[in-house]
Amino acid sequence: MAKTISEINEKIKKGEVIVVTAEEIIDIAEKEGIERAAKKVDVVTTATFGPMCSSGAYLNLGHSKPRIKLGGGKAYLNDVPVYTGLAAVDIYIGATALPEEDPRNKVYPGEFKYGGGHVIEDLVAGKDLKFTALSYATDCYPRKKLETWINIKDINEAVLFNPRNAYQNYNVAVNLSRKIIYTYMGVLQPHLGNAMYCSAGQLSPLLNDPYYKSIGVGTKIFLGGGVGYVVWNGTQHNPCVKRTKRGVPCAGAGSIAVIGDLKEMSPYWLKGTSITGYGVNLTVGIGIPIPILNEEILYYTTVKDEEIWAPIVDYSEDYPLGREKIIGEVNYAQLKKGKINFRGKEVSTASLSSYARAREIAEILKNWIKEGKFLLTEPVKQLPSTNSGIRLKNLKERNLD
Amino acid sequence: MEKRRVVLTFPYQLIDQPITYHLIRDYNLVVNILRAKINPEEEGRLMVEISGDKKSLDEGMDYLKRLGVSIQPLVKDIRWLEEKCTHCTACLSICPTGALSVERKEMKVSFEKDKCIACGLCILACPYRAIEISF
Repeated sequence: MAKTISEINEKIKKGEVIVVTAEEIIDIAEKEGIERAAKKVDVVTTATFGPMCSSGAYLNLGHSKPRIKLGGGKAYLNDVPVYTGLAAVDIYIGATALPEEDPRNKVYPGEFKYGGGHVIEDLVAGKDLKFTALSYATDCYPRKKLETWINIKDINEAVLFNPRNAYQNYNVAVNLSRKIIYTYMGVLQPHLGNAMYCSAGQLSPLLNDPYYKSIGVGTKIFLGGGVGYVVWNGTQHNPCVKRTKRGVPCAGAGSIAVIGDLKEMSPYWLKGTSITGYGVNLTVGIGIPIPILNEEILYYTTVKDEEIWAPIVDYSEDYPLGREKIIGEVNYAQLKKGKINFRGKEVSTASLSSYARAREIAEILKNWIKEGKFLLTEPVKQLPSTNSGIRLKNLKERNLD
Repeated sequence: MEKRRVVLTFPYQLIDQPITYHLIRDYNLVVNILRAKINPEEEGRLMVEISGDKKSLDEGMDYLKRLGVSIQPLVKDIRWLEEKCTHCTACLSICPTGALSVERKEMKVSFEKDKCIACGLCILACPYRAIEISF
């Protein structure tokens, strides 16, 4: 009964396509069985909405008169430094960049009120941003200084390009120490006071396609409220971790690099994020359609929260020291109840990833496909999977002398 | 027994007066101080939870007003900005009173002002700065 992506696209064009979310497919498959469900359903939509720090955008500002060469100079958007090591008026703004005068953690814990993630949110929101730059003069680019307002609608390109997003599973962070700690996983209370997690679980894209059988380079996606594409595996893509019998990774595993036109995105789906004591970030909304090409692909989309296990990691000592120690395992059904029992203690849980927003994205993408506004693409290259032999490397430090 | 959570603002000339003592002794009220900020050059502010029977509470409040202390319900000083909230739930495990909670089916966060003791822990925990305390 195998289907092809072009057959599914034909159905989309005719308005005959059957699309359900990764939550809805669980009940359908339970009632009707995998075989019938795979025949009936054409696409399953998955989604996630969480802080994704390896994110950023490149912009082409257009040339000034006289011309300035930003490459090799220094430039700032709303006082946040941008990367200028590109051509004359191309810049890259990274999600975690901070203004030079931000006190960081000098007054601990730092507040990190504004940084790269907020610049991207403001840019997408259509706000004017202050652009300042200092550079050196050349015969062809004589100008040394530029100060102006810029607006997304006036610049040539604004492209969101995130090297690592949508992590397939993640750690559950706890604090075994005697003092409160401020981490990228949130505020962690001492003596196992709370546990923080960050995944959409059963709705999360790569947890619904654990072996990357349909999501690959070229897959068209919902990105930040607009349309984007998977362009590569994400950095630290690590498919060869321990997996459950049904193939679900038991730790952070795969990830994707994504790209899309920032001009078509929305600040509702790209949010500047301030993580107390840690830094700034960008919370990104991603939705990925999974074409039900066969029963196997459908089977993977029926994964439930109770079948997805995450490692519990101590962020007071083990994580900062780089010890790869897992002190327990818990599944997302337990985490989503708000309390877990761990080491004889009832520990309250909370998430950094918004399940409510992920659900909203899965619904939006479902409707785009049903209404014929969004056709599926055939990947042009598969993401490295469990047979890739990839082993995540730690940095080998070598003496400079 | 009735319970009121209020923010008391003391004018400059009153900040060295033992007003809380009088509320307890003369009006038989239970006064629980949640936050206090007194700057000798400015005014003093006291965030309190006052409990007692209705008559004593009303009399106590009249006493404060007569002195020139302004009384404002606590809820005005704490704001949950729903439009900024992404319903991630990061605030939940840190909120000691359950004022911030999530409806588990919809996974949407809500804020019950009456349960809030204005400890401010959620402000540090919220990545979107969706909770504000002006005190």
